[in-house]
Amino acid sequence: MKIKSPKDFWAGLMFIGFGLFFVIWALIHYQMGTAVRMGPAYFPAVLGGLLAVLGAFVLFGSFAIEGPPVPAFSYRPLILISVACVLYGYLMKPLGLVGATAALVYVSALGGHEFNWKEVTILYLILIAFSWLVFVKGLTLPFPVWPEAFS
Amino acid sequence: MDAGILTNLWIGFQVAVSPWNLFYCLVGVLLGTLIGVLPGIGPVATIAMLLPITFNLNPVAALIMLAGIYYGAQYGGSTTAILVNIPGESSSVVTCLDGYQMARQGRAGPALAIAALGSFFAGCVATLIIAVAAPPLAEVALKFGPSEYFSLMVFGLVAATVLAHGSLIKAIAMVVFGLLLGLVGTDVNSGVLRFTFGVPELSDGIGFVIVAMGMFGTAEIISNLELKDQREIFTSKVTHLYPTKQDLKDSWAAVLRGTALGSMLGILPGGGALLASFGAYTLEKKVSKHPERFGKGAIEGVAGPESANNAGAQTSFIPMLTLGIPSNAVMALMIGALMIQGIAPGPQVMNEKPQLFWGLIASMWVGNLMLVILNLPMIGMWVKLLTVPYRYLYPSILVFMAIGVFSLSNNAFDVLIMSVFGVLGYICVKLECEPAPMILGFILGPLMEENLRRAMLLSRGDPFVFVSPNKPISLGFLVASAILLVIVAMPAIRKKREEVFVEEG
Repeated sequence: MKIKSPKDFWAGLMFIGFGLFFVIWALIHYQMGTAVRMGPAYFPAVLGGLLAVLGAFVLFGSFAIEGPPVPAFSYRPLILISVACVLYGYLMKPLGLVGATAALVYVSALGGHEFNWKEVTILYLILIAFSWLVFVKGLTLPFPVWPEAFS
Repeated sequence: MDAGILTNLWIGFQVAVSPWNLFYCLVGVLLGTLIGVLPGIGPVATIAMLLPITFNLNPVAALIMLAGIYYGAQYGGSTTAILVNIPGESSSVVTCLDGYQMARQGRAGPALAIAALGSFFAGCVATLIIAVAAPPLAEVALKFGPSEYFSLMVFGLVAATVLAHGSLIKAIAMVVFGLLLGLVGTDVNSGVLRFTFGVPELSDGIGFVIVAMGMFGTAEIISNLELKDQREIFTSKVTHLYPTKQDLKDSWAAVLRGTALGSMLGILPGGGALLASFGAYTLEKKVSKHPERFGKGAIEGVAGPESANNAGAQTSFIPMLTLGIPSNAVMALMIGALMIQGIAPGPQVMNEKPQLFWGLIASMWVGNLMLVILNLPMIGMWVKLLTVPYRYLYPSILVFMAIGVFSLSNNAFDVLIMSVFGVLGYICVKLECEPAPMILGFILGPLMEENLRRAMLLSRGDPFVFVSPNKPISLGFLVASAILLVIVAMPAIRKKREEVFVEEG
């Protein structure tokens, strides 16, 4: 059998994977109950099964109907943008708003097409001033502004 | 109109024109337009981004501001559609067709003005429709039992998938996937922690805002970064704003038709602005004496869809306000906002919180008025924003999203989850799986399970309770869902449906 529609092939696999995962996890860990008194596993198991069946249809369809190929992934922005956000979250407590914003702005800027230290630094200064004014002063959100070591 | 509606609207306007609420409405409209104008950020991401700002406000002010953000974002989306040929969101896709052509002919001003005036007119009519239609609908909804609610949600979700782009079966799968993700967290009936994998942060479930920001925010930024930064902008050409007499003569009928069509389609679950604008464009092309002008800068092609999408955007509040059922991703966010404010959305809101309900409705009108009187003169400024290169924009957007998500509970884990959904959203885009149906499923997951359980308990486990003749409403919703699915699955209709959505290209 030849895959005619790669997008549907992978989408189908994804749905089957998630669906089966929910079914199996629910059946192992939670109580099924009865139709009258549904246990915590009942609804997720039924839905997970439904998702897997739908995924199977999509998967079979991908062998029958012609479709476009999956466009190439751009790993650079995908990884850098995701990492930048995660860094922001985990650096907030130890490094404060100043450090976390720096990590987010510089790392995410690396994910773009061009990177210019001067431009990014100016952008960073503007954003940190704005975040401080609006979120710390204006909305009084309890963010540490400076790194823990300084305060 | 009877006196009741007038009294209600009077209560509403008293709330809406209080100085602080006017202020929040103004801030909402301005922020919404500001971010809506930025390419690549649609209303869902805009609202999700700005949602945390409203947490400290009282519920009335918060909803008024969010509604303002919504119209603002939509209006901003039309502006970019006309000037840059980038639809800020799917409902302004058709505005690109003729709006951008008008801009190329140096008539960007009239196109923008007609879009704003048409939207304002549509907004006025839709506000009245909500005021008239919502109370009786809420009355009916108050009588709904769990089986009716369950069937209504099935219908809403089916309707939403029918209107998604692309493959129907993938859209349904995304809904189911969303329903499953919505179940993560503590099971209300048994207190069991489900799918939390021992992570304490997941015991309250995955935050709705976080999912929306990941799927619509970071995922969009990543996809945008793939494209080279090349845009053709007609900034210098927005000189005269006011449409000529001929323009007005050409477009008033289109505005009326668009408003009527949009108001009707907006009420349907899954309808809203998207279907309204596509429908209106097709309608205008059909009734026009010169259909060949469409796609080459016909002002009716801007006036009709723009009025329709605003009318639809507004009347899509009706199912949200009266039934507590979101008809699209934006309304799902509104429900999320209500829940965060401690209000359970549903028909009881109207009776228990008349100030909130009618205040919101009145503020819709006020917000539309603000858009016209404030934004038209400010078009020049919005246009300048478009010239800001994307490499400055996206780190700024990321900062706002990260702050917003982090501030939900001062927790780094939430930001991590946002990134995970960003990656998932990106994969979904690549595999042509629409994220919007997933978001609807996500918000309805727990509600659906709850109602299913209650209905089954009441019927002593008889699954036919949903289709029994004793429950005509429930039966009706399910039959309607089945009919919709069959119709869309028919080859002839399926082809037509794909054509409609292909026109965006």
